[in-house]
Amino acid sequence: MATEAFEEIAQTFEFFDDWEDRYRHVIDLGRALEPLEDAFKVPATKVDGCASQVWLLPKIADGVFSFRGDSDAMIVRGLIAVLAALYNDVPAGEIAAIDAHAELGRLGLNDHLSAQRSNGVRAMIECIQMTAAQA
Amino acid sequence: MFDINTVRADFPILSRQVNGKPLVYLDNGASAQKPQVVIDAVICGYGEEYANVHRGLHFLSNLSTEKYEGTRAIVARFLNAPSEDDIIFNSGTTEGINMVAYAWAMPRMQARDEIVLSVMEHHANIVPWHFLRERQGIVIKWVDVDANGDLDPQAVIDAITPRTKLVAVTQVSNVLGTVVDVKTITTGAHAKGVPVLVDGSQGAVHMAVDVADIGCDFYVITGHKLYGPSGSGAIYVHPDRMSEMQPFMGGGDMIREVSKDAVTYNDPPMKFEAGTPGIVQTIGFGVALEYMMGLGMENIAAHETALRDYASQRLNGLNWINVQGHSATKAAIFSFTLDGAAHAHDISTVLDKKGVAVRAGSHCAMPLMEHLGLNATCRASFGLYNTTDEVDVLIDALELCHDLFA
Repeated sequence: MATEAFEEIAQTFEFFDDWEDRYRHVIDLGRALEPLEDAFKVPATKVDGCASQVWLLPKIADGVFSFRGDSDAMIVRGLIAVLAALYNDVPAGEIAAIDAHAELGRLGLNDHLSAQRSNGVRAMIECIQMTAAQA
Repeated sequence: MFDINTVRADFPILSRQVNGKPLVYLDNGASAQKPQVVIDAVICGYGEEYANVHRGLHFLSNLSTEKYEGTRAIVARFLNAPSEDDIIFNSGTTEGINMVAYAWAMPRMQARDEIVLSVMEHHANIVPWHFLRERQGIVIKWVDVDANGDLDPQAVIDAITPRTKLVAVTQVSNVLGTVVDVKTITTGAHAKGVPVLVDGSQGAVHMAVDVADIGCDFYVITGHKLYGPSGSGAIYVHPDRMSEMQPFMGGGDMIREVSKDAVTYNDPPMKFEAGTPGIVQTIGFGVALEYMMGLGMENIAAHETALRDYASQRLNGLNWINVQGHSATKAAIFSFTLDGAAHAHDISTVLDKKGVAVRAGSHCAMPLMEHLGLNATCRASFGLYNTTDEVDVLIDALELCHDLFA
């Protein structure tokens, strides 16, 4: 079982039987994602290796991991929302154990994880894992 | 004879599916697919006829040398170059322009000397000149395009000053499709004593090229966009410029004699081809050019013009699409953005799901993107095997994007 927030998303995705519906929902999640203030869209928060621009602001408070993120591409914003559901409010020590490939696979979105895909999901996960490991 | 169904049957990859949909390949500006004759040439090159060139006296070395060197005459014919000795092989346009920068420009340029570029150059025709700016203090002078994306030849000529050592312009913009009047530019630049480099990466794909008629000093082409193997290419160099060039890369093949204290060089063009070249790629490159000439460059141009007109009409019918570049004579290359929330990467992701391959991003032309005030566009670039039906598939997929993101 992943986080409650992620399980909710996974339940919604169970109703979708084609990619178009899944993408429609990812896009909706992207629209609903709270945008990052421009002040945080700086080189220090920018995730390298993404075809679109991606910013990630991770933090650990009282041993619990969370992050905020943004992108100029709507599908990527939706994927950030999915990752936020997967990783946010998880104890930092448990981040490494989350199998992102398997979890995104449950949503039919794991094709975004291949190394060749330059949408940055993989780079974001690496950034999240690295931050948590430094806790 | 140009029959689109016959032509499509020549390209095996076009019959495959992507994401469960028939492939609609509209990323020809990045790289073109290969006809079976080219694939066969590569298989035969390695499977039956492979050895190093120029070296051995044995049967296979002679055979591969003969085929490899045979490509030089094919390239010369393709470009209407006066002599095959004017053709230097390379790995593509990037190497070709870097060679001009290192072998010709670098030894002849002082601090504050100038190179004139158009704002729509590809990074391959920008970054080598930045090297000279960083290392030798040369100055890059930029010439803008107008609102339609046209480049006024006179504006390029007017940008020439007594310090200008080279004009380097593309023949066709890889982003806007704009066709540049390189002949007028060359005539005007030569009247001021300035040589001209033409980047033919996109131009040679879409139209018959005649370097003798253009009169340019350097004309660069790249094999992988010309339906040939990646890692192949060539540059035409006017003999006067060739004699001014210093060798760029040193190694085998480009020398006559080497001792502990001295080296003498081979005659051009070999003088500028160090090391074992892309033998099989170059042989395949020759086969690709023969394939294009067999179809007829005029026929290819006519087919692509018809595609351009149809695609223009369909795209212009969608009032939520912003096509960049409206030159009346543009090639079948369309860069666009969508109104609403969709980013170029969103669009290309959805198009991919529909089997449509386009490019999204800045297209290795960041100064042009800055000029246009855009971060990224989608680009549909058509090739000789594309059809009006594929334009319709593109439009349907774009309508889905509009529905998803509006």
